[in-house]
Amino acid sequence: MRENDIILQTVSKVAVFIILTFGVYLFLSGHHNPGGGFIGGLTLSSAFVLLYIAFDVESVNAGIPLNYKMVAAVGVLIAICTGMGSLLFGSAFLSQSSAYFNLPVFGKTGFATVTLFESGVALGVVGVVITIMVSISEDV
Amino acid sequence: MNNILVFPMVLPIIAGVLLLFFRSNPKVQRWGSILTMVVVFLISLWILEKVMDEGILRLDFGEWAPPFGITFVADAFAMLLVTTSSLVTILCLLYAAFAKDEKREKFFLYPFLLLLIAGVNGAFLTGDLFNLFVCFEVMLLASYVLMTLGGEKKQLTEGIKYILINILSSWFFLLGIAYLYGTLGTLNMAHLSQRIAEVGQPPLLTTISILFLIVFSLKAGLVLYFWLPGSYEALPTAISALFAALLTKVGVYALFRSFTLLFYHEPSITHTIIGVMAMITMIGGSIGAIAYKDVRKIVAYNVIIAIGFILVGLASNNVESIQGSIYYLVHDILVKGLLFLMVGTVIYLTGKTRFDQVSGLITNYPLFGWIFLITLLSLGGIPPFSGFAGKLLIGKGALVAGEYVMVAVAFLSSLFVLYSLLRIFLNMFWGETSILKKNQIYLSKGMLASCLILAMLTIGLGLGMSVVSPYVAEAANVLTNPNLYIEGALNND
Repeated sequence: MRENDIILQTVSKVAVFIILTFGVYLFLSGHHNPGGGFIGGLTLSSAFVLLYIAFDVESVNAGIPLNYKMVAAVGVLIAICTGMGSLLFGSAFLSQSSAYFNLPVFGKTGFATVTLFESGVALGVVGVVITIMVSISEDV
Repeated sequence: MNNILVFPMVLPIIAGVLLLFFRSNPKVQRWGSILTMVVVFLISLWILEKVMDEGILRLDFGEWAPPFGITFVADAFAMLLVTTSSLVTILCLLYAAFAKDEKREKFFLYPFLLLLIAGVNGAFLTGDLFNLFVCFEVMLLASYVLMTLGGEKKQLTEGIKYILINILSSWFFLLGIAYLYGTLGTLNMAHLSQRIAEVGQPPLLTTISILFLIVFSLKAGLVLYFWLPGSYEALPTAISALFAALLTKVGVYALFRSFTLLFYHEPSITHTIIGVMAMITMIGGSIGAIAYKDVRKIVAYNVIIAIGFILVGLASNNVESIQGSIYYLVHDILVKGLLFLMVGTVIYLTGKTRFDQVSGLITNYPLFGWIFLITLLSLGGIPPFSGFAGKLLIGKGALVAGEYVMVAVAFLSSLFVLYSLLRIFLNMFWGETSILKKNQIYLSKGMLASCLILAMLTIGLGLGMSVVSPYVAEAANVLTNPNLYIEGALNND
């Protein structure tokens, strides 16, 4: 029923993983360099969109059975709850903190609570972008 | 540090997101959202009391001190509006809970209503111009969804216009912010006020202020109200009541904030323009209010007249008139919510939208009819209802400022308000009943209750003027003395 898009499908099978890795890289590098939750989330969702283009909606949905509206909701919830979490420690709303730890394998590693906030942002972006893409494709 | 300040914005967001997970359970959606808003209302009352005791409160997000970080600043003006709008929201949600519009409830009606409120409360509380833009956008995005939710043809045609006009004005808003940041290098409102006072508002800044005037006028429906009647008409009752009560008022709030705190050095230019715009708005609104037989159109034009009226107070620019405006703003949030609930209920009960198609409703629904009478008297500014004090103070303030034409137009427009609504009342409620007792649709007690509570509030606000007046006086005091706001929003102790 479909036209012959074997090249697109073969390339995207590999490219999707490269894009996903790059998305995670952008997400993590956002702490000190360009990147962050929003950009990382956009890149991650572009991998999903590529899958939807290369294959069809039904088979991708069968492979990744996620309700993206709920992904977005969970993301927003995480972002707000990390903002509210600082209230428990007696700081102002949205306060963040970070510290360095000496881990056995990684050596000196920095942990920041802002990563939690950003992960919420990333999930929110992924959820919203894919929901928009899928609902537009349903209309056409 | 007053973390409590963020709750009026964050609680509705959290509740809205949590309700997304309970899509299939309308009961949880209805009562969860009402419970949230009751909590928000109580918290805002508490903050209002605290502001009265301790003066202006401030919260620096993430402990970034102003003017570098984003701050929430609560003064009496902002808190009065937050409290009133939370109260009206509770009652509109109560109405929606009994109207049981299951098609919309299934598609996240309540989460979007809560997000709308989050944006509104955030816009009232923020002390940062860019954050104001963000809160406007949160509110507008929710309103776009609510505008088109349900997907009726009328909603979609009006929705397109509504979205386009608002995107355009948001773009202007962003442009204005960029200009302001380019010239002054800050966006914290108190800091902006300080810097504008230092340079004495040269013509360049006055020009930028007029850009802001255009933007906020579009949101408030001041002169640029052409989008308003059509879009409010297309909405279901509870949502239209909430829109009428809150959305234009956020624009009015922004106008007051920017022209009392930021651009108050050239009143002969800016405030004169506002005065002329207010008069045009009242005249245009009055013509609209008596030109149509469709009750939804009439009440939409009544919203526009009220906007013009409130801004007479800003144009006169003295303590008395600004007190009057604040009083009238609080009154208008309550009573416009009530008016739209009433008119929506009439249409629900009769299925007719023109006032000459129905008569004698008061014999079918006596209590409901009398509530409508109270609504229209209150809107017309008849004592002892809540509209009176505001009208009186605005009129007095404008006379002190020597704006005789404005006073004449303002009070003539009040007569038009009274006339346009009396026409509805005399035709639809008075006279021979057109609906037989056995054919009449049952008016659920919950829907009637939210109208009744709002009507009692407008009586209470009118009679209890002495209870409210210290808050209004404090709010007007901060608005007329920008230094108080700057002191509260910038001091680092």
